[in-house]
Amino acid sequence: MTIDQLIGAGVLAATLRLATPILLAALGGVVSERAGVVNIALEGCMLVGAFFGVVAADQSHSVVVALVAAMAVGAGLAAIHAVAAIHLRSDQIVSGMALNILALGLTSYLDYQFYGTTGTPSDLAGVPDIEIAPLAAVPFVGDVIAHQNAIVWAGLALVVLIQVFLFRTVPGLRLRAVGEHPRAAETVGIAVRQTRYWAVIASGMLAALGGAYLSLSVAHSFTDGMTGGRGFIGLAAMIFGRWTPVGALVASLIFGYGTALSFSLQGASIGDVRVPVQLLSTLPYVLTILAVAGFVGRSRPPAADGIPYETEGHA
Amino acid sequence: MIDARPERARTTGATAVGTERVPLLEMRGIRKRFGDLQALDGVDLVVNEGEIHALVGENGAGKTTLMNVLYGLYHPDSGTIRYRERDVRITGPRDAIALGIGMIHQHFMLVPPLTVAENVVLGDERGGPVLDDRAIEERVRGLEERFAIAVEPGARVEDIPLGLQQRVEILKVLYRGSELLIFDEPTAVLTPQEVDELFAIVRTLREEGKTLILITHKLREVMAVTDRITVLRGGRNAGELVTKQTTPAEIARAMVGREMKQLKARATPPRTEVILDVRGLEALSDRGSPALRGIDFEIRSGEILGIAGVGGNGQSELAQCLLGLRKVAAGTIRIGGIDISRDDPKRTRARGVAYVPEDRRIEGLVLAFTVADDFILGKQDRPPYAANGIVLDPAAILKAGGRLAVEYDVRPPNPRAIVANLSGGNQQKVVLGRELSERPKLIVVSQPTRGLDIAATEYVHERLLEQRGQGAAILLVSSELDEIRALSDRIAVMFEGRIVAVLDAASATEERLGLLMAGHTEAAA
Repeated sequence: MTIDQLIGAGVLAATLRLATPILLAALGGVVSERAGVVNIALEGCMLVGAFFGVVAADQSHSVVVALVAAMAVGAGLAAIHAVAAIHLRSDQIVSGMALNILALGLTSYLDYQFYGTTGTPSDLAGVPDIEIAPLAAVPFVGDVIAHQNAIVWAGLALVVLIQVFLFRTVPGLRLRAVGEHPRAAETVGIAVRQTRYWAVIASGMLAALGGAYLSLSVAHSFTDGMTGGRGFIGLAAMIFGRWTPVGALVASLIFGYGTALSFSLQGASIGDVRVPVQLLSTLPYVLTILAVAGFVGRSRPPAADGIPYETEGHA
Repeated sequence: MIDARPERARTTGATAVGTERVPLLEMRGIRKRFGDLQALDGVDLVVNEGEIHALVGENGAGKTTLMNVLYGLYHPDSGTIRYRERDVRITGPRDAIALGIGMIHQHFMLVPPLTVAENVVLGDERGGPVLDDRAIEERVRGLEERFAIAVEPGARVEDIPLGLQQRVEILKVLYRGSELLIFDEPTAVLTPQEVDELFAIVRTLREEGKTLILITHKLREVMAVTDRITVLRGGRNAGELVTKQTTPAEIARAMVGREMKQLKARATPPRTEVILDVRGLEALSDRGSPALRGIDFEIRSGEILGIAGVGGNGQSELAQCLLGLRKVAAGTIRIGGIDISRDDPKRTRARGVAYVPEDRRIEGLVLAFTVADDFILGKQDRPPYAANGIVLDPAAILKAGGRLAVEYDVRPPNPRAIVANLSGGNQQKVVLGRELSERPKLIVVSQPTRGLDIAATEYVHERLLEQRGQGAAILLVSSELDEIRALSDRIAVMFEGRIVAVLDAASATEERLGLLMAGHTEAAA
């Protein structure tokens, strides 16, 4: 085992790549739950984003169209969750889970209908990497960030944007108020349900972007269930990061690093002992369980998170 | 829908009692139905500009419903609202705020993790989409100076006491330029001293030209600060009075519709036998901080010990320790000489301890159960309810339930009724029936009349005094000082996890209790 295998530029670059889909789902979770709606349909939103991104790329040969289509479908799926959770006041876990199953079945079925057994076309328009020429020559740093994908950068920019939005703007303040104490928000004239709708729809778009990253930036194809639970890991990253965008970034990087290590340590050994890579690759999942079980210090969700809001007087 | 009938409103409005001033607000014939319940049945309310108007009535009389109609949270089925001599239609809080109507809610409408200033400006932040903390804090500070209301604008609401949180609510309303301020049961969570401070603010507001509506059922407060009074009973008007020309007894009669019963004097003095003996009791709160820091007291047979104190000073934890519901960190709890401080609730109850918990709907009852099932809760493994300890005997349960329902005046006396559908008073009777029917030695009672109407309150008090007469020791925790003073033989005041004083009921004036509750031990000694 070498230092390079642990913290080499290759491992760190891979960490960023692997963290990005988790990060985008986590950001979606932050926006939705800060407004008071638990959206575990993020996994499903990711999956439809991955699939419909591929379909749109295949049809239009345009990356922009593909990404817009992916996010639109993600928004659509999230909107169904929003109607169930906000308008019909149904159980948000059940609704989210149902949509995840729907997304899995729907994409699997349509994948077979569209592309049969041959798989998605190999000439898909992919999301390009952004080459930062001046950095490329810089040792180490250049190797880590000079050739990252456009969506990796978009994810990092979104962290800043959403952090500023939530904590430094008026709409952000209102969104947080809706998630903490919706009745208080309503009594000062804030439209609670409307705020929640937009937050849930935005969360679906973010997760779908993460899905499109998987299919259009990394794999350049779609396979059944290719998101592999990254939406759920994103939710864990959100909890780990205490419902803040910056926290979610840190948590996503930890999860990404865990996966990157499990790749880079393939076949490595310490002395005569082989590093148990299979065990290492469980690291993100173990961290997820710890995060969800509350072992990462006291982290408090928004007070009205997951609780449907009922306007008074309609009892 | 509100149907506009300006003519009728104008002619009848002139007959309002009292002053010559122009009515600022006229609500006429307001009706509102929830399902089977006619919450408001044609209620009128006329408020003059610049007065403090009391809206009084029992729980369920329709006070809060009427104000929620005025604030746009409920839409009335019929009736008209005139404000500043114009017919208005209020479809939501935004409309009310725009008219200059503000509400200080009973359950504060504050977002705990946000700062005082953020809470004040929320929904009306002004100055563009970017949040400028310093600017809004300055604006709030200016408002505080104008109305002589002091709160640190940069503090987080979750870190400040309830009395200050209420000031944030008042600032919120003033910030929006409200001319008519509705206070919904504003003193429910305050100490007597905080009440005085609130009333000072209330009077300042009137001097500043504001009009105030005070929703309350505490007659002393009505007499202390208001100018006129509207009484509601059962969703209808039950009287309009001028404060200076009336008496508390007259108001109470209008509220209840009959004379109030006088509590029977505590005829017998407590006996000598000590039932409960608590020494050096310590326990932690849910958050792991010390909640009880060394409690000593005893209660004798036939004695009621009242526990007074501002909520959150260890009263709930004390009750839970006595029942075995909370781990005792140190000290002893003896019932008839036997230490029960390590016992679980089942063993504790087997020693003859009964419990009327502070939230009957969460701790006291399984709401989805029938009256009969809730009556036998905790005894379900005993004959006759389960002969062998496992299989229930529905016939025996139903029979016992029917008997207790009659004995404890549950209405309707139907053992098959679902408890969730009963009124608060009848739910409490189910709790009492279960807890008092087996001759307990010690009864731990917490907030026994919270949310109950006057008749149900009287019933609960009579039953407790009856138990006292039969020799039970009773620990009474209540936030209603009047209740504690009326029932207790002695009154212990809790402050920050300690009993800071034990007073004889006779010498426990409200002022002394208030000072002790606020932690001023020397001043009240």
